[in-house]
Amino acid sequence: MNMFPASVEETQKALEAHHYIADKGLSVAVFLALRLGRPLLLEGEPGVGKTEIVKVLAQMLSTRLIRLQCYEGLDLNSAVYEWDYARQMMQIRLLEASGERDQEKVRHEVFGTEFLLKRPLLQALESANGKAPVLLIDELDRADEEFEAFLLEFLSDWQITVPEIGTFRAEKPPVVVITSNRTREIHDALKRRCMYYWIDYPSFAKELRIVQEKVPGVPEKLAQQAVAFVQELRKQDLYKAPGVAETLDWASSLLALGQTELSSDVVEETLGVLLKYQDDVVKAKNQARDLLAKAQMPTAL
Amino acid sequence: MTAPTAQLLSQVVGFVRSLRREGIVVTPGQTATFAQALGEISIFDPVAFYHAALCSLVTRREDQARFAEVFRQFWQNLGLERFPGELLQQTPLPPRKEQKARPGEVGREPRSAGESGAPPLPVVDRALTFSETEVLRQKRFDQMSEKELEAARKLLYEFVWNPPERRTRRMKPGGKEELDLRRSFRRSLKHQGEFLKLEERARKPKPRPIVALADVSGSMERYARMLLHFLHAFSLQQSRQGVRQVETFTFGTRLTRITRTLKKRSVDAALAEVGQQVKDWSGGTRIGACLHTFNHTWAKRVLGRGAIVLVISDGWDQGEPELLAFEMERLQKSCHRLIWLNPLVGTPGYQPLTRGLVAAMPFMDDFLPIHNLSSLEMLVEALGRLERRSGIVH
Repeated sequence: MNMFPASVEETQKALEAHHYIADKGLSVAVFLALRLGRPLLLEGEPGVGKTEIVKVLAQMLSTRLIRLQCYEGLDLNSAVYEWDYARQMMQIRLLEASGERDQEKVRHEVFGTEFLLKRPLLQALESANGKAPVLLIDELDRADEEFEAFLLEFLSDWQITVPEIGTFRAEKPPVVVITSNRTREIHDALKRRCMYYWIDYPSFAKELRIVQEKVPGVPEKLAQQAVAFVQELRKQDLYKAPGVAETLDWASSLLALGQTELSSDVVEETLGVLLKYQDDVVKAKNQARDLLAKAQMPTAL
Repeated sequence: MTAPTAQLLSQVVGFVRSLRREGIVVTPGQTATFAQALGEISIFDPVAFYHAALCSLVTRREDQARFAEVFRQFWQNLGLERFPGELLQQTPLPPRKEQKARPGEVGREPRSAGESGAPPLPVVDRALTFSETEVLRQKRFDQMSEKELEAARKLLYEFVWNPPERRTRRMKPGGKEELDLRRSFRRSLKHQGEFLKLEERARKPKPRPIVALADVSGSMERYARMLLHFLHAFSLQQSRQGVRQVETFTFGTRLTRITRTLKKRSVDAALAEVGQQVKDWSGGTRIGACLHTFNHTWAKRVLGRGAIVLVISDGWDQGEPELLAFEMERLQKSCHRLIWLNPLVGTPGYQPLTRGLVAAMPFMDDFLPIHNLSSLEMLVEALGRLERRSGIVH
């Protein structure tokens, strides 16, 4: 327990030390999730840093990160455990060759831990060096209700039963972070078990800091203009507004192109980095001049 | 870090109560979490206090603005100056203000007040004879008396549903699609590891989500009401099987989601509520703009998993046909099937020539009538046929 930060401020600083700029609200949610041993449920538009914070959390706590990417039909075989059938069959043949006839014994031999393939949820119950891992359950909204129901049980008991072997129990419960893009509502029962936080698009100042942290060597002026441009772009009526991830990609692209400030040609050529729908690109191109003018205004800084 | 005092705890409980009064559902478990959280943070730090409450008590982004308001009022009424108003400005307001009832409107009032507007209709008790049912099935909804409408509504609940399904990616035992090694192996152990029979598994089917967008402006209102009753009957039957897959929106000059209202109230009460929110009831329909809102804010959240979209409208659109065509194309691309229901299709000699319909037509998968009961039965059949016709997994 002692490895967890002792206060909200400490949490915020520790995240920053690992190049993650967090709001106070997010720091409170993270801190409480750690202290109270609750899962942290993060929702927000794609590309606002939901998955990123989990990686940082694992670094911060210097423990390993176990990731479970959700998809429809995700079942126990791929989320919890599976048997290594090929090796089990070989073992049976070997036992047969050695003249083993005792059925009970065969069963016991074949269903040993050495034939068990541990999938993320089972792995998450194991501490290494006395430290529980960080478990990321990514994009839970993609999984189906069946999996969610199973997860509910897992998150309250921290144990998994393999009928042939027995029950695996966590010495220390893992730090669990669940993310969702809201393509489906997560069931209320699960939500209520979690600390909930909605990550919003960052403010100008915060996004600028993120760009400066994450894209080293980016010229001051370019960073300011690029961020101001993206901030203006988000106010437009777009199908998919650019996230922070896109801003970072864009800033890196502009840097790679050797730019020191925004110009309308380069903006038009690189809009595809920011916007992923053709309709949005067309719309943004029509307004690029206005947006650029706003981004270049010194008052925006 | 100290345990919160009894005095603070009683305030916490009071605060949770006022949240509940405002319609934010908070369980006792969540309250306990919040109380625990107070032991961990400094309660003299207003921002931390606020966020601790937020992350332990609120589970939906839509509730955040209302939460902030209750929070401000509650702690201010206690005369606590250390919870200053400016921290609330950091809470982003959700972009969809129209989803919430304004203060004093029906949405937040207790149930009885909301339903007082709609007087109970006379209930037809006796069962209908066959010929009466037959007449009722063919009669247009706009020519029915209140009594007949009520009888027709009753018939809706007797429909035999055959909801369209899609094959999910979850597997179930049985079937002939994929080798089920886990079960095969388990079986083989009974025969000294001899694989006498290979077990197989198949993809499990599930009902498709249905999303209805109902035009409730002027002339359409009666048909829309019937469709909502129809969907209500459908979702009732579905929830008996443990599935809840119907999303309902109404539109006129703007789009309103009534799924949640429909869960709690009757169709008529829900429509009365919509009517109160939308002041310009007969102000014409802006289908394109409403579809735009839908595509923008809702499509990603409700159209996953191969949804079927039902739009009910006569296509009298006050907006730009270009916008309507554009949004229809996007809508069609993001759902499994787009079915347009038009009550006027049942009129002899009717041709869909309004600007709106002409613009929207190329993007409809089906264009069906919805003017009487038998057309609703046709819709049920059409929905049931969807799967058998195409084996494509969406």
